[in-house]
Amino acid sequence: MGAEGFGARVLRKEDKRFITGRGRYTDDIELKDMTHGVFVRSPHAHAKVRSIDTSAAEKMPGVVGVLTGHDLAADKIGGLICGWMIHSRDGSPMKMGAHPALAADTVRYVGDAVAIVVAETRDQARDAAEAVEVDYEELPAVTDPAKATAAGAPQIHPEAEGNLIYDWTIGDEAATEGQFANAAHVTKIDLVNNRLVPNAMEPRAAIGSYDQAEEHFTLYNTTQNPHVARLVLSAFVGMAPEHKLRVVAPDVGGGFGSKIFIYPEETACLWASRKVGGRPVKWVADRTEAFLTDAHGRDHVTHAEVAFDADNRVLGLRVKTIANLGAYMSTFSSSVPTYLYATLLSGQYAIPQIFAEVQAVYTNTSPVDAYRGAGRPEATFVVERLMETAARELGVDPAELRRKNFVRAFPHQTPVIMAYDAGDYDASLDAALKAADYAGFPARRAEAESRGKKRGIGLSCYIEACGIAPSQAVGSLGAGVGLWESAEVRVNPVGTIEVLTGTHSHGQSHETTFAQIINERFGVPTDTVSIVHGDTDKVQFGMGTYGSRSAAVGLSAVFKALDKVEAKAKKLAAHLMEAAEGDIVLEDGSFKVAGTDRALAFHEVALAAYTAHNLPEGMEPGLKETSFYDPTNFTFPAGSYVCEVEIDPDTGVTEIVQFVAADDFGRIINPMIVEGQVHGGLAQGIGQALLEGCVYDHESGQLVTASFMDYCMPRADDLPSFNVMTTETVCPGNPLGVKGCGEAGAIGSPPALINALTDAIGRNDLAMPATPQRVWAALRSSSAAAA
Amino acid sequence: MYATTYHKASSLDDAVAKLGGAEDGKFLSGGQTLLATMKQRLAAPTDLVDLTKIPELKGITLDGDTVTVGAASTHYEVHSSDAVKSAIPALAALAGLIGDPAVRNMGTMGGSVANNDPAADYPAALVGLNATVHTNKRALSADDFFTGMFETALEEDEVIVKISFPAPEKAGYEKFRNPASRYAMCGVMAVKLKDGSVRVAVTGAGSDGVFRVPEMEQALAANWSPDAVASITVSPDDMIGDLHGSPEYRAHLVTVMAKRAVAAAG
Repeated sequence: MGAEGFGARVLRKEDKRFITGRGRYTDDIELKDMTHGVFVRSPHAHAKVRSIDTSAAEKMPGVVGVLTGHDLAADKIGGLICGWMIHSRDGSPMKMGAHPALAADTVRYVGDAVAIVVAETRDQARDAAEAVEVDYEELPAVTDPAKATAAGAPQIHPEAEGNLIYDWTIGDEAATEGQFANAAHVTKIDLVNNRLVPNAMEPRAAIGSYDQAEEHFTLYNTTQNPHVARLVLSAFVGMAPEHKLRVVAPDVGGGFGSKIFIYPEETACLWASRKVGGRPVKWVADRTEAFLTDAHGRDHVTHAEVAFDADNRVLGLRVKTIANLGAYMSTFSSSVPTYLYATLLSGQYAIPQIFAEVQAVYTNTSPVDAYRGAGRPEATFVVERLMETAARELGVDPAELRRKNFVRAFPHQTPVIMAYDAGDYDASLDAALKAADYAGFPARRAEAESRGKKRGIGLSCYIEACGIAPSQAVGSLGAGVGLWESAEVRVNPVGTIEVLTGTHSHGQSHETTFAQIINERFGVPTDTVSIVHGDTDKVQFGMGTYGSRSAAVGLSAVFKALDKVEAKAKKLAAHLMEAAEGDIVLEDGSFKVAGTDRALAFHEVALAAYTAHNLPEGMEPGLKETSFYDPTNFTFPAGSYVCEVEIDPDTGVTEIVQFVAADDFGRIINPMIVEGQVHGGLAQGIGQALLEGCVYDHESGQLVTASFMDYCMPRADDLPSFNVMTTETVCPGNPLGVKGCGEAGAIGSPPALINALTDAIGRNDLAMPATPQRVWAALRSSSAAAA
Repeated sequence: MYATTYHKASSLDDAVAKLGGAEDGKFLSGGQTLLATMKQRLAAPTDLVDLTKIPELKGITLDGDTVTVGAASTHYEVHSSDAVKSAIPALAALAGLIGDPAVRNMGTMGGSVANNDPAADYPAALVGLNATVHTNKRALSADDFFTGMFETALEEDEVIVKISFPAPEKAGYEKFRNPASRYAMCGVMAVKLKDGSVRVAVTGAGSDGVFRVPEMEQALAANWSPDAVASITVSPDDMIGDLHGSPEYRAHLVTVMAKRAVAAAG
């Protein structure tokens, strides 16, 4: 390991601009003649739009234009789509309702946009938006996914009868039933995976800019995947062909999945710019809009059962889930409760048969799509709550029950598509139990009891799948896109290097970790390397960043391009030093002739490639290579988490007294950045389990938790000092041996925490978020039952 | 926020005159509730008359057994005041629990008290400590000043000048925070005054704002100890119920926080 190479704790190159307030976000961009767009949004969860009167708004000071859904339809601007086809068990395709960027006739959730007001200033646009008169005819609404398909529930889209989008299954139902018929013990559980609001620090924003002379659009946007945004806006929305649409994602302040998707506002700002004569139109969400209209996460209602034989080995698993997709199908929403969820239901365990049924439903709520972990937290919650509950019912140690069922032979084919490539689940469990002093827990519990506190300990042994892949496989499962990645490595004549990647960094530190890989390969300092991303005019097509894919897929593409650069440079170096190509080695930033003292520095070979005065016969000038990398499999990060809590029974307040995370992410490029990712993931997972709950009023469909006054984001003092560590099995599926670390914390932590809490209070059911009120009420009802 | 006109008042008379000249004016004293409300366009005063630069509203003094806090004193000034810390440490501690550092450096005691947010901390302090609210027109006991949720005895053009507190024999404040907003879901000020009388004032929990618990006061007058209030409960019927705490939970917290406040008072 060099000072800046693989495994080095290199400080983040991007921190200078972020820490000194010099980041450049979408809202920092000021274009000539720019106007400001504000949306008129539905105050109702479900209503017919009888009429919209824009005449008063149009006369307000500074107003440049007021545009409605009817104008949008008249201009034949297409609707937004969900890009992953799911088929129901009867073979029918999912029932996708139309999703115009501005609703014309029906609004389906509080916040659904019906018009955009464009004015000289943001305040003028706000004032005029209040003057747009919309005549609504309120309709009954449904927000509870468990009630959406009930007889008499309000019909939300004509395309989806009974609000059922699909009724999908995976696994062998008959074989699974057979396993249950032979079971010595069956554990059953009912769970709600609570709905979450992503709350990236930077709210969503867009600037649409239309160049009339060139008939060319530019979109500045808070997006995690600018090329996919361009593709959807071209191919489906029909805004412009791809060569007439540039999408720029400048610095983006967090996404957590919520900025993967193509939202109505991007479409509206681009179209509005054209409608107002090419003046740019900027929209920046305020925090209330973020709460109301960012795609939310999770929202599952699940019944699950696990069957054991007499030796406590798992025979089978059956799961039935209702997934709330909200009022419209967001870009990748259909894949989250299916292929990103049910394919992980085998956990870390050898389970002969699994059968899962998923009903996805429409409700009058904000769309639901991928949020940090996307399906995998939901799967892990099911599996790990089941294992802990089963251990209690069977009277065995929860750690030992898990260990008894671990997968130990690799590759391992699960009954739900996934083929695990490598792992050592004993290693991470051993590390976590040791670090947590698991054996010493009974004494700590007794000591806490003497102080009147209730102490509990809980485990979670999670597995996830990252770097969604290979393209052919995901295509066969319904994905509308390939999930490869691209890279271009440009060596400049002076030897500095630009790496163009189709991934996008919005907190992941690519500018640092990608540069470390260049240093590892070529020996050049990281400060001579720059990472370019986030602009479709600069970077070749790429698929963006989500699903912890940037290292496993994106850096693998970089790695392949580096191979090509190295091969060409070695050939040139051999020519220049009159040596055999096979004798050239690249060491410490120099090309050397093995066994001699002859050497050329990296930058000398680069310069020679560009002067082209002396190239080998047939070699083209320059030193620049492109590569596309399509993974051969998902990667499978896994780990064991131990959470220990202490409850104050007087108030129901939970203190997390320790949280141990032992993760296997494969090889690690920068441990400091990995620890940061784990800390952030744990904060969000603990947030889900203890603090965060998105609540809609079931009667009115209003979002009750529409601000930080009611939606509880984790703060530093809600969290313990985390004890994080890693174990390592090298990922065999990519040239770097990496697996991905961005989501693990959010995936593994909720069940560990709820298992600890239920251990402390002595009952198996406890809803998330386990607020003090809920814990207190659970304790009170337990003591009432005991009395 | 809608457009508004900001005025800096130089004296009490100036403040009253400026408010009187405004179409729909409001006094501003820190603005930690009002400005946030205006930013959300839920309030739209035409004029704001800033009271915080008026000399009579500044300063904190200790005179004998009386602590007097100028209405424009920030929470930070109350929290760090030697006079408050020596005579009523529980009040200094309470001020340090309000909001976050930014709020504590902008928000004022007068502004908070005039707003009478049912989840604010100061109402419990004023009622518990038997404070007197001095305005440009009169002096009111805290019991008379707070008249209900977001309601006070203040008239339209009445300005709080200062608040005076008798130094108690002992006092303790315990707050249970709303997990999201961190406002008080239940805050209890338990006080034994030097005349021997006992006051227990509760904020955050009552559906009518700050309230006293006479049963607890009687029990504590006879026996100043946490155990004295451990079995005294308030009725859930009078409590706020919301997402974060049912009336039953809040009623329960009143007893728990009262016990802890008495323990903290020593």
